[in-house]
Amino acid sequence: MLRIIKMRIRQGFQTIRDIRKPVLTEKFRGLPVLDPEKCEKNCKACREVCPAKAITQKPLKLDMGKCTFCGDCQRACKEGAIRFTNNYKTAATRSDSLVIESGKQNYEEYAVKVNREIKKMFARSLKFRQVSAGGCNACEMELNACSNVNFDMARFGIEFVASPRHADGLVITGPLTENMADALKDTYSSIPEPRIIILVGACAISAGIFADSSALDRKFLDDRKPDLFIPGCPPHPLTFINGVLGLLGR
Amino acid sequence: MNVSENKNVHLIKLNDIPCFDRDDFLAQLIIRCRMDKRVVAYFGVPEKSRVKVYAVLADDERGGVHVSSAFFPEKGSYSCLTHHLPSFHMFERELFEQTGILPEGHPWLKPVRYCHDRADRKSSMAGYPFYTIPGEEVHEVAVGPVHAGVIEPGHFRFMCNGEKVYHLEIQLGYQHRGVEELFPAHARFMPHLAESIAGDTAIGHNLAYCQAMEALADIEVTENAMLIRDIALELERIAVHINDLAAIASDVAYLLGNAVLGAVRTLVINTTQAVCGNRFGKGLIRPGGVLFNIDKADRPEIKKTLKRVKDTVRDMCGIMFSSPTVLSRLEKTGVVEMETAHRIGLVGMSARASGLGLDIRSDFPDKVYGELQIPKIVLPNGDVYSRARIRFLEILSSIEFIEKALDGLREDGTMREAEYKLEKESMAISLTEGWRGEIVHVGLTDEDGKLVRYKVKDPSFNNWFGLSLAVRNNGVSDFPLCNKSFNLSYCGHDL
Repeated sequence: MLRIIKMRIRQGFQTIRDIRKPVLTEKFRGLPVLDPEKCEKNCKACREVCPAKAITQKPLKLDMGKCTFCGDCQRACKEGAIRFTNNYKTAATRSDSLVIESGKQNYEEYAVKVNREIKKMFARSLKFRQVSAGGCNACEMELNACSNVNFDMARFGIEFVASPRHADGLVITGPLTENMADALKDTYSSIPEPRIIILVGACAISAGIFADSSALDRKFLDDRKPDLFIPGCPPHPLTFINGVLGLLGR
Repeated sequence: MNVSENKNVHLIKLNDIPCFDRDDFLAQLIIRCRMDKRVVAYFGVPEKSRVKVYAVLADDERGGVHVSSAFFPEKGSYSCLTHHLPSFHMFERELFEQTGILPEGHPWLKPVRYCHDRADRKSSMAGYPFYTIPGEEVHEVAVGPVHAGVIEPGHFRFMCNGEKVYHLEIQLGYQHRGVEELFPAHARFMPHLAESIAGDTAIGHNLAYCQAMEALADIEVTENAMLIRDIALELERIAVHINDLAAIASDVAYLLGNAVLGAVRTLVINTTQAVCGNRFGKGLIRPGGVLFNIDKADRPEIKKTLKRVKDTVRDMCGIMFSSPTVLSRLEKTGVVEMETAHRIGLVGMSARASGLGLDIRSDFPDKVYGELQIPKIVLPNGDVYSRARIRFLEILSSIEFIEKALDGLREDGTMREAEYKLEKESMAISLTEGWRGEIVHVGLTDEDGKLVRYKVKDPSFNNWFGLSLAVRNNGVSDFPLCNKSFNLSYCGHDL
């Protein structure tokens, strides 16, 4: 018993107190900053190395919905037109906000818009059912990490629940495989309305590096509008939690 | 660094691979595997109206591989190997699904993953041929594909009598993304794809991939890069093992263990992030070396963190593994005996927990593991306790390894130039001991140096059947515990 108490005391308090404040290591690749003026018109080094076809030129744009945040483009660009910052607040409520253009510095302000209906309904308690439709388990592990003692997402009333019947929304990871299409649809229709959809990771948002695969079936998203996009490969727990808090206006 | 010093990577000219008459090929496989070899890859490459089937056998004692091949008529059949060598059962099922070559007499010829380009496109997930046990006393419990937790999808069907499980059938394939076709589809290195074969083994799979590509493209990496790669591989092992111990603690409602170990894991993956900017090590390893060095100035900090990890894990596991409430759930639960493990071809950590001494790091060491050595930890009992305990022991030995490797880091750079120009008509076989077990990647090129086939084998491919056997005659409520003690990959299996 004494050993248990000693262990507990030694642990102290490890939870991040203000979830909006932590600063990640400089090496973390978060929100990219572009400088189109430095982009050499005839050079396509960044596009050639990008595994996810996330970059377009003239003018230079980077789609975080496809990006795996590998940093290859930053290394390939001799002019320094692309730079990944350690800002993890990359979530967006519209997919077109994920496309980073020239020097817009106030990403957070325009990317995550509070949804009044969702806020009214779910601001103080939001329960998710998670479905992995081809997710590689990196996104899933980071979503699990959201609930550990460090991030403690449950303090905001946001939790993952075991049954879609208990859920207010669906969190999807993975590129939406053909073999998972039916189960995804069934799970969604088991969630009582109103229900929200959150896409987590480049695979879910755009199929990411699996875009060329013939084993996918992304029809689910054809007539359903996701409420929140969390880019990354995988997204950091802080990206997910801050994105959801932003959507709820908290 | 001379590639030949690495026993885990082999490059063979296709012309040097013996091509036997089909019956001789099969007979030799049986003889070799009955002696001392073990199958690590068995797959077909369509050539006009026939299929060339390759078998890669591992010689664990001598650290070598043995490759042979034979032509099989398309959609033909042969007398199955599984009948003689049960360890072939998954490989033959996969070959049948991918090429339509029928292994006659196979006792369990069921779909593996319903791959998109399966020979029988008419078959579908909904029509899976489940095994049923007749009788009024027997009831079925169906779980999934969507599970209660935040995990990947798979369908489990239990045949139970009361609480007791007679049989568990596992249907997979929901995660199939067509990984094997995507590698040859791009005429460039695709480490990003390898990192996403199984995200919890991003380092392991990418290392296997990069080693295969380096063999095919004749690229040598620096000693420093090799050390950093193996440090990353061990960091991955430590992080996932800790996470699994936390999950096992949670499954027996031992919340202190869950909370403490969950927090310690954060320290480890944040160390990986401090090295390369990603908590899972994505973006660290590339053909040609590694993209990030571990600077001299950062090494003491890493050692300090690892010391804290070691102390906490040791104390926490000391308490947990001496608690009667924990032990009563773990001991003698979900037993896979050594004989069974050997017959079905279990690999990696789960095999070692059943008394089988298989470890690529010791049996097929690269230069770093060859020099620094890492103990092969083998436990005899094969129960959930052994699979938990072995994780604890491996965490300690991995930390010790990293401490040695950090001291050994060189100044010879991190990246060498890597051009995507592959050897013609060659086969590269790359073996890596990921945290689950052996990861096997095989790449094949044609006469133009184009990648024509890329075969991936995750340890989960071998081990899912082990889980099925482990829960037999256990209570159905012990399934989550058995499942967590294996913690197998769905997408690594489904590809």
